[in-house]
Amino acid sequence: MATLTLNNVKKSFGKTDVIHGVSIDVEDGEFIVIVGPSGCGKSTLLRMVAGLETISDGEVQIGGRRVNEEEPMARDIAMVFQNYALYPHMSVFDNMAYGLKIAKVDKAEIAERVAQAAKLLQLEPYLNRKPRELSGGQRQRVAMGRAIVRKPAVFLFDEPLSNLDAKLRVQMRLEIRALQRELGVTALYVTHDQVEAMTMADRMIVMNGGVADQIGKPLEVYANPATEFVAGFIGSPPTNFIDGALLGRNGTTRMGVRPEHMRVSDSGKLKARVTYCEALGAETLVHLACADGTLVTVRQDAAAAFPEEGAEVSLDWDISHEMNFDLSGQRV
Amino acid sequence: MEKRVTFKGIWLPLLLVLPQILITAIFFFYPAGQAIWQSLFIPDPFGLSMQWVGLGNFEYLFSDRYYRASFVTTAVFSILVTVVSMGVALYLAILADRLIKGSGTYRTLLIWPYAVAPAVAGVLWLFMFNTRVGVVTWYLGHLGYDWNHVLNEGEAMGLVVVASAWGRISYNFLFFLAGLQAIPKSVIEAAAIDGAHFWTRFRTIVWPLLSPTTFFLLVVNIIYAFFETFGVIHTITSGGPQQATTILVYKVYSDGFVGQDLGSSAAQSVVLLFIVSILTVVQFKYIERRVHY
Repeated sequence: MATLTLNNVKKSFGKTDVIHGVSIDVEDGEFIVIVGPSGCGKSTLLRMVAGLETISDGEVQIGGRRVNEEEPMARDIAMVFQNYALYPHMSVFDNMAYGLKIAKVDKAEIAERVAQAAKLLQLEPYLNRKPRELSGGQRQRVAMGRAIVRKPAVFLFDEPLSNLDAKLRVQMRLEIRALQRELGVTALYVTHDQVEAMTMADRMIVMNGGVADQIGKPLEVYANPATEFVAGFIGSPPTNFIDGALLGRNGTTRMGVRPEHMRVSDSGKLKARVTYCEALGAETLVHLACADGTLVTVRQDAAAAFPEEGAEVSLDWDISHEMNFDLSGQRV
Repeated sequence: MEKRVTFKGIWLPLLLVLPQILITAIFFFYPAGQAIWQSLFIPDPFGLSMQWVGLGNFEYLFSDRYYRASFVTTAVFSILVTVVSMGVALYLAILADRLIKGSGTYRTLLIWPYAVAPAVAGVLWLFMFNTRVGVVTWYLGHLGYDWNHVLNEGEAMGLVVVASAWGRISYNFLFFLAGLQAIPKSVIEAAAIDGAHFWTRFRTIVWPLLSPTTFFLLVVNIIYAFFETFGVIHTITSGGPQQATTILVYKVYSDGFVGQDLGSSAAQSVVLLFIVSILTVVQFKYIERRVHY
């Protein structure tokens, strides 16, 4: 258990800069999610903390100690990989005990710690099995167990749920969160799934093209996105963006309104044509096209009447829900 | 679901496999059968008549101390060739696997020796180690070492081992490199995070995961050392000095075609046939049952 500090961390492969300086102070026991689309540098950032990639510039501190030059094993971290990276020729027990055996921990203690982790993760019946004899969810748990038994200062997760099916993903995401709270260990979690980020994070880092666009609590980020990218990436369906020109305003700005803050009405700020409606039961998504072809989604209560497809309607919203961005995508 | 092609009659499939059957029959079954047949006779020196001796050739063979010595020579030679070629190949493969840039170039260069025929490879090494004009011999002479594989049994063995192993390194290298690259990078990284340094990782993760490849190469290399090194030995030492490099295959040739003892030579072929069939069984039994993770 420790704090984790990234201080203007940069990464370049040759002349290509992939991470342009990320800084964050992670508190002890905090769960940080790094979220972003593929290729935004989120995994690279995590691997730099793990020591699997060199740090081109800046500093990584774990527990207040600079670890830039340390080997992965000396950093007091554990990592859960996307493909689990279990040792295929070893039993579940040996997989979990591997790190402890190398650290020359006493045999009785190894057995005790593995038993504890196995109990916590409900893996007790499978300790003698090989990874290939386990289901995806069980393999995921073994990977977690391998991380837990070593009692590291920081947990690193590299898209650990992306190989699981949707239902299992929801279940495992709750389990991982509960486990992390129970152990009180600092965690850094990489995902491309904004729902995982929203539900799991104490704070999240939204990455875009090697830049940390915004760092903050999920609901704060949702309510108050710092950039156009964040507004578009966090939230599903995504934020509607409308050119200022279309609203008769300054053409160099774009205005964003979340789908739940827009409503279809008889008189409003903008004319649009209904393309189709998706009734999802609890809510209805109304898809519309504006005069310049901009697509807009309105999320409304299932109880509300929804317009006919092809109908010309007006869109309305409260000024307080408007989020304005300049041409570089920054909030104004 | 396995897709099977079905034929209506028997003639078309028979016609399709006929070339393979003919080749096998002419170049394998017929000579093998003839070897077994001849091993039961002793022909007269002019090849005009044959005398039935039953298993007499075999009895004589196994009471011959030179033949028994040839077994030991073959064992030493095969083990050395296998260990040297696989050891060097594994080392090179590990280095190439760690490379990010330029591994393609190294791979291509390392494959070249495989394209050199054994006899040519033999001549190549013979030139370098020739006792009078060899460049390596010359350098060794300057260092105060008198290289003479024509007289020294150990040096002769060393030279044929190196020459045989050399061309084989390419083949082993390719398999080892493919085996190493089939191991997921993340497994190695996980082991690194778990605290294993390079050598520990190799011993506990890489080597076990590589074992199917290693076992396959072991069998294939032993078979190679047994049977395909004839050209190297023939060009470099011709089995000498004092039969120090006469492996079983070479003895078949030298007893039969040089010594004109065709009965004994045929009997030796049968013994070899027996050995190779055992190796083949081993190969199929254990290698076809590949380990899947």
